[in-house]
Amino acid sequence: MAKVSVKICMGTTCFVMGSSQLQDLVDIVKKKYGDDVEVSGSTCLNHCTHSSEYSKAPYVTVDDTVIQEATIDKVLQEIDRKLS
Amino acid sequence: MGNNNSQSIHLKKEILARIIEAFLSDNYEENTRLIPYDMRPKGADVPYRCCIYKERAILKERVKAGLGFALEDDDETKLLSEYAKDALKREKPDENPLTVLDAACAGCVPSRIYVTDLCQGCVARPCQSACKFGAIEMVDGKSKIDGSKCKSCKMCMNACPYNAIVKLAVPCEDACPVGAIQKDANGITRIDFEQCISCGKCVAACPFGAVNEKSQIIDILKHMKSGDKKVIAMFAPSIVGQLPGNIYQLKTAIKKAGFDEVFEVAQGADVTTLNEAKEFEERMEDGAPFMTTSCCAGYNQFVKKHLPELNEFKSTTGTPLYYIAEIVKKQYPDAITVFISPCVAKRKESMDNPNVDYVMTYEELGALFIAKRIEITECEEEKFETESSKQGRNFGVTTGVAEAVKSVAKNPDEVKPYIISGLTKDTVKELKKFTKDKSCPGCNLIEVMCCEGGCIGGNATINIPRVARKELKSLLDESKDLERKD
Repeated sequence: MAKVSVKICMGTTCFVMGSSQLQDLVDIVKKKYGDDVEVSGSTCLNHCTHSSEYSKAPYVTVDDTVIQEATIDKVLQEIDRKLS
Repeated sequence: MGNNNSQSIHLKKEILARIIEAFLSDNYEENTRLIPYDMRPKGADVPYRCCIYKERAILKERVKAGLGFALEDDDETKLLSEYAKDALKREKPDENPLTVLDAACAGCVPSRIYVTDLCQGCVARPCQSACKFGAIEMVDGKSKIDGSKCKSCKMCMNACPYNAIVKLAVPCEDACPVGAIQKDANGITRIDFEQCISCGKCVAACPFGAVNEKSQIIDILKHMKSGDKKVIAMFAPSIVGQLPGNIYQLKTAIKKAGFDEVFEVAQGADVTTLNEAKEFEERMEDGAPFMTTSCCAGYNQFVKKHLPELNEFKSTTGTPLYYIAEIVKKQYPDAITVFISPCVAKRKESMDNPNVDYVMTYEELGALFIAKRIEITECEEEKFETESSKQGRNFGVTTGVAEAVKSVAKNPDEVKPYIISGLTKDTVKELKKFTKDKSCPGCNLIEVMCCEGGCIGGNATINIPRVARKELKSLLDESKDLERKD
């Protein structure tokens, strides 16, 4: 079973603000961590719905850690931290 | 094109969403004035500029462009609330769709060839002998370039065995296929609108986000709010994969966002294909050496302004937008029509077409969904009155137009496409050669798309073309083939 679970928010706001471009994570993570990490797209995780929090989209969660303005590098760093 | 994920584009979409939110609020003018302060409140981090005041000043400029105003001759003392008010009074959008934000631009040094510290001051001095203009002298044992003599030919760069000579790039100048954007004597970038073909490459290329589109979003929202005319959306084929969900959910989402009806421009593409195939056959019968496509707005501007001799070889068939707008205005003569576009070039085309009232880019539509909190994947599917063909829906991808024409041609084997995927300084040279020689060796149908990869690489797209293409493929698999009636 995977040790770490990564969820990429694919709600409209996150998608428009950049999560559409994070879909490569699925392949990158599989290559780098094998079955230790599971990546999936998710419907809206509701992080953007408070006032103007869409400015911090896209959101990705790595287990219970929420990453704002997520990039592929930021997510990989967090996965490394969780696995170490 | 470019990196659609860069911070300046993130910022642009956030500003658009905030402008729309302000418009929808109970105090549009005041809330617009506050946007720079809401984005950079007291004590906030200063991510990009020297201080919070400059950050806000630049954000203010970006809001002005988002309200549809030119930044070149703006009034700095005027409040954003006044600009917001004036935006409502505008009857027509500005003619030139692009504007340069001086304060953001100033960071770039003028383009030139430069000798770095890596210069070893060698004895052979290949740079000096490579220079045909005598621009290189030795100062303190190292090469130095005399800017007044240098022609930026790069011969010295290629000659240096230490890779010590570099070209300082100005990304917008490098990206512009027609030399329409340049730094003036004060180092500020200016667009020569006589030369500009509105292709949007400079918008995507500038790392400072200094080239802005003048948005028509307020004009569109104004019509939606007044409600006295139907507002109709026509979305380009390249929208597939640019937003979550499928095109049938997207139709519902667009209606939720305030439009009264939604059409696929791919339906117009089907008319383009049939007409273009017929035109191609007639031209070949008449002995023409080749024909070029005519659906890319940037390319059409290019021929008009920079290579009028090519015009006789360019198809006279209308663009997909031309045909769909005609169909829509026939059905709804009083409606306001809005083209949902992947690029800025279509803004120019739309201004010349009385059947198209406004243009909204994919980024702007995305911002509208954000501001209105619309979840596309939660929307019901709604089919179109006329479903478009597989060929029409594939128009926004390089080779798509040529393949469509070929698929309905009487003798498909006689259609020999030559594909230009992206207008660059190099492909411009190619086109000039074909025009001069009146020949395109081995080919007879030249498909030209201004953006690399086709419309899915347009400057206002949201997704990476590779990912978007995957989404498109599954739609194409369930779409029917286009049939020729005659």
